[in-house]
Amino acid sequence: MAGQSDPHISLFSPQEIEFMAEDELVEIVPNIRMDPLNFISGDFGPFFPQIPAKVPLWLAVALKKRGKCTIRPPQWMSIENLTHVLEGEREDQGAFQAVPFHYIEISRLLFDHARDDIPDIYMVRSLIEDIRDVRLHKVETNLEKFSATSAVKISHLSAMEVNVVRPFVVRSLQAFYKHDNPVVMADLDSSSDIQPQVRQPQVPRNAQRQPLKRR
Amino acid sequence: MAEDFGEGSTAGMDEYETLMATTDVELLKTALRNEKAAPEILQIQTQLVKRAREQIQLMEETVEEFEQSGMDPLTVSLYQMDLDRAQFLLRSYLRIRLQKLEKYMFYIWKDDSLRNRLSEPEIFFVKRCIDDMEKHLEETVLSKLPDNYQSAGRQSIISEEDDMVPEPQLDTFVACKSSNRFVSLRLVDRYKSSFFWHLLSLIFSFFQKQVCKFAFINLQWETFGDGAP
Repeated sequence: MAGQSDPHISLFSPQEIEFMAEDELVEIVPNIRMDPLNFISGDFGPFFPQIPAKVPLWLAVALKKRGKCTIRPPQWMSIENLTHVLEGEREDQGAFQAVPFHYIEISRLLFDHARDDIPDIYMVRSLIEDIRDVRLHKVETNLEKFSATSAVKISHLSAMEVNVVRPFVVRSLQAFYKHDNPVVMADLDSSSDIQPQVRQPQVPRNAQRQPLKRR
Repeated sequence: MAEDFGEGSTAGMDEYETLMATTDVELLKTALRNEKAAPEILQIQTQLVKRAREQIQLMEETVEEFEQSGMDPLTVSLYQMDLDRAQFLLRSYLRIRLQKLEKYMFYIWKDDSLRNRLSEPEIFFVKRCIDDMEKHLEETVLSKLPDNYQSAGRQSIISEEDDMVPEPQLDTFVACKSSNRFVSLRLVDRYKSSFFWHLLSLIFSFFQKQVCKFAFINLQWETFGDGAP
């Protein structure tokens, strides 16, 4: 799909979206004692062995990497819930199920760094992959129904999904808008976001074209 | 936020709490997101940048102190990570602005209201940028052209406006995230204003908790009511 391969076309790179998702809170069970952490991004802790605490995902992953905690997978990552969501996605082709805004990034990070903390990881993983595929396919088929409009509303789209379709949607809506308003067309052409230097040779309005004099 | 799966009854309370607990990091993230999504340059968040710088500086000193006092290396590295994240956000924010300034320097410079959106150092930067660019164009190309074609901003002297100045395309669509409570926006024809962007920042910061809707909308919106935090 448009924008997937070229990072310069997409507004945010997948890494940037992941960075944003890393601020989501998850529950960890530490196995060490640690004083409260007074970060710029907020205060977390104190931590006691076996007492659950809520921390941002990046902190959870950092502690997990050093073997200082186990991560509790979020509730929505249960097989029961995911099966339910997948069924919903398949049944209702017109709408999206409510999933966490960063479900792709969160699940990906947890699969990469906390695989031993997720019960039935293979099942969970394949369910999330299926959900992702079904949803992406749905986005693509929904795009076919586009028409000239000034606003498009899609409920429950996730961060990664919106980033993937954004370049394409914006360009196509611009095109619809442009062809819908003949008056705007001339205007848009002149203000389009291209460097004027590479534009087609243009004729100044109301002026006779004269060949340059030879010197 | 993301753990509640379509559950919305306690959202009102949670929203209030998040609003109260919003850190500068969160605000910086919103500012970065908006700046990235907006086609034109937005108002510089002077206070926010100042606060973020101060906090980062303070944290740098604290981390150094920790290291010298022989604190647990794990804790120190965690503080360092937090520091790096905040720095990354601040840098990205300032950088994306610099990119826009470089791209649209002539356009920004000739419009007072746009120029007012810049910080002092940014104004200095644009000024120097323009001087350099004009000098460069002059020396490489313009001085060798016939008299009528020697302007950096205009194609020739018969052009009525600056037709060689790159401008951002304001007439475009943006994606914006909203909540269920977010009811109506009125469409206004041919309304080009960046006021809309402040709305965007509101939407982004407010409704993180809510089940989200995404809308791709045209820039031509009129804002509804007020309620800026």
